[in-house]
Amino acid sequence: MKALRMMCGLFAFIAFAGTALAAEPIKLGVYLPLTGDNAFGGQLELEGVQLAHQQFPEVLGRPVTISVVDNKSDKVEAANAVSRLIENDKVVGIIGTYGSSLAMAGGEVAERAGIPMIGTSCTNPLVTQGKKYSFRACFIDPYQGAGAAAFAFKNRGYRKAALLTDISNDYAVGLSNFFRRSFLNLGGEIVSIMNYQAGDQDYTAQLTEIISKNPDVVFMPAYFAQGSIIMKQARELGGKFVLMGGDAMDNPDTVKIAGKAAEGFLQTTFPYSVNMPKMSPEAKAFTDAWKAAYPQKDPNVNAALGYNSYLMFIDAFKRAGTDDPEAVTSALAATKNLSTPLGVLTLNETHDAEMPVGIIEIRDGKSVYLGEVVLD
Amino acid sequence: MFLQQFFNALTLGSLYGLIAIGYTMVYGILRLINFAHGDMLMLGAYFVFFGSAIFRLPWGAAVAAAIVAVSFLGVLVDRVAYRPLRAAPRISALISAIAVSFFIESLAVVLFTGLPRPVYQPDWLITPFEVGSSRLIPLTLAVPAVSLALVLALLWVVYRTKPGLAMRGISRDIETTRLLGVRVDRIIAMTFGIGTALAAASGIMWALRYPQIQPYMGVFPGMKAFIAAVFGGIGSIPGAMLGGLCLGFIEIMVIAFFPLLSGYRDAFAFILLVAVLLVRPAGLFGQVQEDKI
Repeated sequence: MKALRMMCGLFAFIAFAGTALAAEPIKLGVYLPLTGDNAFGGQLELEGVQLAHQQFPEVLGRPVTISVVDNKSDKVEAANAVSRLIENDKVVGIIGTYGSSLAMAGGEVAERAGIPMIGTSCTNPLVTQGKKYSFRACFIDPYQGAGAAAFAFKNRGYRKAALLTDISNDYAVGLSNFFRRSFLNLGGEIVSIMNYQAGDQDYTAQLTEIISKNPDVVFMPAYFAQGSIIMKQARELGGKFVLMGGDAMDNPDTVKIAGKAAEGFLQTTFPYSVNMPKMSPEAKAFTDAWKAAYPQKDPNVNAALGYNSYLMFIDAFKRAGTDDPEAVTSALAATKNLSTPLGVLTLNETHDAEMPVGIIEIRDGKSVYLGEVVLD
Repeated sequence: MFLQQFFNALTLGSLYGLIAIGYTMVYGILRLINFAHGDMLMLGAYFVFFGSAIFRLPWGAAVAAAIVAVSFLGVLVDRVAYRPLRAAPRISALISAIAVSFFIESLAVVLFTGLPRPVYQPDWLITPFEVGSSRLIPLTLAVPAVSLALVLALLWVVYRTKPGLAMRGISRDIETTRLLGVRVDRIIAMTFGIGTALAAASGIMWALRYPQIQPYMGVFPGMKAFIAAVFGGIGSIPGAMLGGLCLGFIEIMVIAFFPLLSGYRDAFAFILLVAVLLVRPAGLFGQVQEDKI
């Protein structure tokens, strides 16, 4: 960690030394979970930001520097990280973070200081609600839940759904409710609502109950570790239904842990996958640049969201014509039709990115990108 | 469907019971709640994983090696963290046990990383078959069978062998037992060896049933099993097994009969347990001990 920070500092210094005489740099801050529970996603998002920074190191004729702080997957650390970026590093804009609860803690601090912030993959509606300076590069859970329900009902023709939700997790509860509402609106039927709590490892009782109600699809917006155990137990008990989850299941380990039980699993995600069949030119360019920069690992949606967050700032700087935080905030709020690897990006009045919901299915142990659900 | 829930409960309950036996055994002899028990369970599961993944041992050999290795670790923990505190007040040993638990968990995060890992399940244990309308895998029946066998073996050791006699002596009065020529520390080390071997065995079965291992996997089962042991009457081996089974049945049946309560099953399971303890404070099989003056 220290080494990374020093390296960033060193890069910043070199960038600074090279152009100091020419122009004052524009300072951006990044706070992401680089250690702890969410490190997997946080690391990829940071690499996405860094890739975009490599490609667009300058704007308005001035170099851009990025300061990185680890928020350690912890709410208190997230708030401290943002204070540090604003007070010590004097940044004019902040990128971060993975995890809605972390983003809410950090967002409060940025809001008070009047510094614009772009969340990478925090999907809970509360992150930007009532905030002037908080934006995000992703869509929100009501939208994702509606996308999942629409795909299940319209594309697959499922009519009976069951829910299996971790009631101690805000993300899961929110997403599950939004799925239920949309599925009922479409005319579907919810045959069983089952819950569990984080830390549980035995879901056999809930699954037996669900099996007895014979649903076509079971929506379970879990994190991948729980989700893969649920898949296994569902198949062991003889469940024939299709299992469906949200973006938090997007992890290569899902298939490793669940094995054959993961076959046919569906999940909603952001509209990018390294093996999507019809890639837009922007997505293709992003994928190629990533593979050149990080040959040992594939990019995923988190990487693309990190990349996009940086692009959004550059675009806002250009349109504002200055790095004044107030002007940049107004420019961000007006972000429209920006071409990105995740499609054409427009921010709506609640500062959320509008983009289609992508659907992934696990086939033969690989995740296959099926395409996008467009909502009316 | 009820039959299916019955088997779900039987498997979960006998796992709790098996873990609870380890707690109860150490407590029965030393009056020490060995909080590191749940973490020994985790180590057992990890050692099987490393045995097969790194040393390429066949599954059966990896299981045997893991149980032996963990049981040595149990003896080592006793030597380092508990034996020096034998003469100290009981609360000091308890704090030491909590420290050992945190130490093992943190060490595991550093050494094994926090990412969950998959667990190998032999095919013959998970090939499903049907009984009436229920669907079972051999593992569902193997877990209670192995648990029962281990309980019987343990009862035999405690009540039919010389070291068992010494163990029972130590549980009554350490000093007198020492005066009678028993090498107390050796017997206690043996107790820890057997107790942690049971933890490793239950960890391996736990990981087969819930096929994913991570450094904190022992925390919840350990806590539940501790409660099961108290419920059954801490110190009593049949009591621990019965306590575990009761807890498993309550947890599953709360959901089977009251599906709406599924998210709060722990709360309801524990309310029932508290109610039983109010009536029988020493647990189902426990004896109220009076301190002699």
